[in-house]
Amino acid sequence: MIKVGMADLKLCKAPDKITTLGLGSCVGIAIRDPQTKVGGLAHIMLPDSTQIASNSVKAKFADTGVKELVEIMAKNGASRTRMVAKIAGGAKMFAFNSKNDAMSVGDRNVEAVKKVLSLLKIPILAQDTGDSYGRTVEFDPDTGEFLIKAVGRGQKTI
Amino acid sequence: MASIDLNNVDDSFFDVLKELGNIGAGNATTALSQLLNMRIDMKVPKAELLEFSEVGDAMGGAEQVMAGIELLIEGDIEGSIMFLLELRAAKKLVSIAMSALGMPPMEEEDPDDPSFNEMQQSALLEFGNIIAGAYLNSLSSLTNLVISPTPPQICVDMLGSIMSAPAIEFAELGDKMLLIDTKFSDDLELNGYFILVPTLEAYEKILTSLGM
Repeated sequence: MIKVGMADLKLCKAPDKITTLGLGSCVGIAIRDPQTKVGGLAHIMLPDSTQIASNSVKAKFADTGVKELVEIMAKNGASRTRMVAKIAGGAKMFAFNSKNDAMSVGDRNVEAVKKVLSLLKIPILAQDTGDSYGRTVEFDPDTGEFLIKAVGRGQKTI
Repeated sequence: MASIDLNNVDDSFFDVLKELGNIGAGNATTALSQLLNMRIDMKVPKAELLEFSEVGDAMGGAEQVMAGIELLIEGDIEGSIMFLLELRAAKKLVSIAMSALGMPPMEEEDPDDPSFNEMQQSALLEFGNIIAGAYLNSLSSLTNLVISPTPPQICVDMLGSIMSAPAIEFAELGDKMLLIDTKFSDDLELNGYFILVPTLEAYEKILTSLGM
């Protein structure tokens, strides 16, 4: 099982599987090419690299992270036109009312991920986002199954 | 643009933050000890700057269930402070507090059950208040800055997902986060973490007020 940390992304080819543990407000984006079974997973923390001065780590942001993952997959045998995505995370872990932003950072992350995927014309086949609990995800680039585990909520596959 | 870059902090800057962490955690331990009326020692905390990708492993695994209590900071500086406890330690702390208050012990329960009832939650929030208050008081008196916390919020979940809140705040500043790993021991063995997340502007105010 390949492990992806926070602000991190990795390539994964079947029969290997790939996971990221304890997504909170961050978003996990799993992408694969169903024909070549080349996939990958990104764990982004913030929506927009252009709003942050310290933006050299591409996997930290939805915009640069998703593009980087797609780039690496394309170099490793995935076709951009066949790519499909599943996403999870973007929760609101603490019930503070945010002062400046009407939306929580989790919601903004999810929205930014959807925006960049749509820009790259990669359809989102399934998603499990929002709410107020953490998620561990496991992605199988062979079947496209995206397993989601949460504390006290069991697990599901989307 | 702020002049502090968390990616390239020099040793003296890091030492100051570490020392603030030590003093704050020391005061928090004293407060906890008085509250519970028992001796609690704190081992010298370990302060480290972590890459985001190694946060989970460095703290014992991203999937372990923890109780996180977070307060926002207002006043001269803004930011947040979080106190993080292992689930078993949180349960133990609650049961000690209940008995210190002369309340009947809770029914036998599974120490790994991640749910807390309302009374247990408010006890934990109160701990958060006291500990964060002690911590911020020491920071405030050292720097002569007005620092006041908002009411705390609690979250019991996987460490990684709780940590996403302060990690995202750090991510807006740089590519690393500052973690102060505190171990309380003696009558009570508790493993916990303090995470202080000032904004960049706050870092500068703290350092300026300390004459750096």
